[in-house]
Amino acid sequence: MKSTLKKAGYSRVQKQMHDVFLQFTSKVVFFIIIMFAFNLFFAGHYTPGGGFVGGLLAASALILLLIAYDRKTLFKMIPIDYRLIITTGLFLSLAVPTLSFLFGTPFLTHQHTYLQLPVLGEIPLHSALLFDLGVFLTVAGTTLLMIALIEGEES
Amino acid sequence: MTLIHLAILLPVAAAIAIGVLYRYYRKINIGWLALPVPLLIAIYLATLIPAVSGGEVIHETMPFMPRIGMNFDIYIDGLSLLFAILISGIGALVTLYSIGYLSQKEKLGSFYIYLLIFMTAMLGVVLIDNVLMLYLFWELTSISSFLLIAFWHKNDRSLYGAQKSMLITMFGGFLMLGGFIILYLITGTFSIRGMIEALPLIQENQLAPLAIVLILFGAFTKSAQFPFHIWLPDAMEAPTPVSAYLHSATMVKAGIYLVARFTPIFAFNSLWIWLILIVGLFTMTWAAFNSIKQNDLKAMLALSTVSQLGLIMSLLGLGALSVSTGADEQLFTAAIVAAVFHVFNHATFKGALFMVTGIVDHETGTRNMKKLGGLLTIMPISVTMTLITALSMAGIPPFNGFLSKELFLEAMISIGNAEFGGLSSMSFIVPALAIIGSIFTFIYSIRLIYDVFFGKRTYHLPKAPREGSAIMLVSPAILTFLVLVFGFFPNLLSGTIIDPAVMGIMDSSTSPETSISHWHGFDSPALWATVSIVIIGTLLFISRDRWMFIYNYHKERFTLDFAYDQLLLYSRFGSQKLTDNLMNGSIRSYLLYIFGTFVIFGCLSVISAGMSIDFNNLSPVSIGEIIMVLITIVTLAVILITKSRMVSIIMLGAVGFAVSMLFVFFRAPDLALAQLAIETIITALFLVCFFYLPRHSRHEERIRFKLTNFLVSLGVGVLTIFIGLAAYSERLFESISQFHIENVYDLTAGGNMVNVILVDFRGFDTLFETLVFGIAGIGIFTLMKLNLNRRGNKDEEHTEESRV
Repeated sequence: MKSTLKKAGYSRVQKQMHDVFLQFTSKVVFFIIIMFAFNLFFAGHYTPGGGFVGGLLAASALILLLIAYDRKTLFKMIPIDYRLIITTGLFLSLAVPTLSFLFGTPFLTHQHTYLQLPVLGEIPLHSALLFDLGVFLTVAGTTLLMIALIEGEES
Repeated sequence: MTLIHLAILLPVAAAIAIGVLYRYYRKINIGWLALPVPLLIAIYLATLIPAVSGGEVIHETMPFMPRIGMNFDIYIDGLSLLFAILISGIGALVTLYSIGYLSQKEKLGSFYIYLLIFMTAMLGVVLIDNVLMLYLFWELTSISSFLLIAFWHKNDRSLYGAQKSMLITMFGGFLMLGGFIILYLITGTFSIRGMIEALPLIQENQLAPLAIVLILFGAFTKSAQFPFHIWLPDAMEAPTPVSAYLHSATMVKAGIYLVARFTPIFAFNSLWIWLILIVGLFTMTWAAFNSIKQNDLKAMLALSTVSQLGLIMSLLGLGALSVSTGADEQLFTAAIVAAVFHVFNHATFKGALFMVTGIVDHETGTRNMKKLGGLLTIMPISVTMTLITALSMAGIPPFNGFLSKELFLEAMISIGNAEFGGLSSMSFIVPALAIIGSIFTFIYSIRLIYDVFFGKRTYHLPKAPREGSAIMLVSPAILTFLVLVFGFFPNLLSGTIIDPAVMGIMDSSTSPETSISHWHGFDSPALWATVSIVIIGTLLFISRDRWMFIYNYHKERFTLDFAYDQLLLYSRFGSQKLTDNLMNGSIRSYLLYIFGTFVIFGCLSVISAGMSIDFNNLSPVSIGEIIMVLITIVTLAVILITKSRMVSIIMLGAVGFAVSMLFVFFRAPDLALAQLAIETIITALFLVCFFYLPRHSRHEERIRFKLTNFLVSLGVGVLTIFIGLAAYSERLFESISQFHIENVYDLTAGGNMVNVILVDFRGFDTLFETLVFGIAGIGIFTLMKLNLNRRGNKDEEHTEESRV
């Protein structure tokens, strides 16, 4: 990030690169955003949210870290291959609709049931969640892959 | 979901498993894990034989996309079963053979994944009753064939062959889809069974000939019939197991299957009959004629495959006559019996021949017949197998090829005796072509045996020749054994395989009670035809040096290959020119094209259709909305004036946030959330993209006032506002929202309608959007990585130069 900005003609930005405030805050905010992202994702079926927004927010949490640090540090913190995330996401969003064959229903027919758990009470289980997880992962993975790649291009 | 559905999908599931496994575990040859898949399917299908040969059919429905009539319906009769058994049986043998043929250093994971995908695709083509699903699997065979031909993708010829096969077969396949849709328009069903039931509708309809021609395009391209046969010789760049499997035993027979399957529907039409008969016969003769001059063993076998496919095709054409006219039923039933029998025989002898060729290629390092010779003593087992199978192909008794060849000759000769309008004057051509084609077949079969294994021993081979390994010999040995068994006891097949398949083609419920015999007595014309073929063929083979010069008259520039190359070349030039003219690299002019078109067509449609705007239903504008709109306008103005990129990006973000606030005012929290997240990401994306922008700010050049740009932007703004207003005031259709609101809890157990629409009601959109998203990400990754590599190479070159 530092040298990109420098090359673009922003020499003054350099001073802020090891911005302790930004780095410290981002570590805290990261968890808040990512929790919010997961909350949005799981609540999506009943309240505003869903896989797409959740994925974007999760990606933006990581991008915040990317801006505060750099790609290498980010990879040290969270060592995931974004391509693998995309693959998993695509696999889920293709496999879950196909699995409805096992129930003898047409493609993309979702199944749902309710589960009684000791502490949490009644919890709805929905195969749409898995499909949405595919969306979540693909969106997050693709966004991260693009931005991290373009960011890392200079090195 | 039944066992048959699972059997079709099993190879794909296995392909995924093998792909994952191959990444982490490479100690054993992964082919051993792929082998049980076709074996299991073959065993399972074999258990269906007793039921099906008893006249039963298996019809299993499974809804896939019932709304558009695309269902995963299985229909198994004798015809499907014959092909399915060939696919899985030969598939098992080929997998076994490929374990010996491909070394561990090759990318075996990809190879078996492609092969297994092909198995699913091919099983789908022959077992499925729904034409849309059939088309899906049909194209999947083309794709997997493309990948398998290009398996050695470092080789230019492989890429050329792969591209050629893909272009030609997909061209035909696409036209075939058109044919299917016409049939759907006529009958109102996508099911082949349903179409057969609605036969009178098709017979009356004017569009039927068009459907016939389109569907035959699909069949002829896939089965490499003239003039589309040119892709098959080039497809021989694939590894030999692939050639044996896809390009001789199964995939190229998909066209035959299609013609056989549609015989009950189209046989009434003489266009169908004559197209198939004439094209088939001509292909047979022409390809056999050209096959003789080939020096490449596999090219010879490829053309021979084309020729044999033509033979089967012509028999089906002849058989269609029996379904349509009912005249001399005995004879035409015999034609169909011959076709089915030959499909089976061809798979056995040609599969074995390809495999032996692969062994020769593998062990000597060449398949050029001019370099090979005298391998008789070195490869005794291969010689024996070639002798048996090639003689079977030539139609020499007592092998199985002789039996079906004789049935073929008999049917073709007796066509002259039957009474058909308009045919009598030309009746001599059909048997003449058949006999000439058979003579050529005889010559190249003999040449194949003689030039490779007999003759003078050659010593300048790339590798020291030896007999192939045991694994490679097992599969062709099994096929050769089958050639012998069915040559001596053909009636093992007649009741179990042939009769049900014939019943399937003719859509009749009475068994033809086939009985195949070797000897028909001295008065049989087929006997004398065979004798004359052998005598003339032998004479021509001995004197071949005297007459082979005629091939020199067939110049390069008159071939179809040349025409194909030219077509490809000029279409490439043309599109290059077109893109060069339109795409000048400036986004501003692209936007001008896009928005200009939008304005022009928008204005045209407003003028032609008119527009009514009704302000009565509009809600009052609140203060918050006015503030947000003002913020948007101000920030937009700042973007236009500012000289700093940073400022314009932040302002762009501000526009987005203002819009999302508007969404909040309009009580659309989902949209607002998505918009906010997108704005955040886009700002970050713009920041990292700084590196790629030209160093100098765009504002250093003075912005001039351009009238066109002004008009277009004004037009876009005004038009969008009006369209928005008009769409609100004039509802042409009833809103679907009510349906969603009513069913959101009952059908999907959800509370948030927007998300339920995304994942359930309109899940397909989401699925494809996800795919697009993933593809875009991977595409960007590939582009950037390629770019990096190229730059890396350049850097390396520079450093090398500097060192010098």
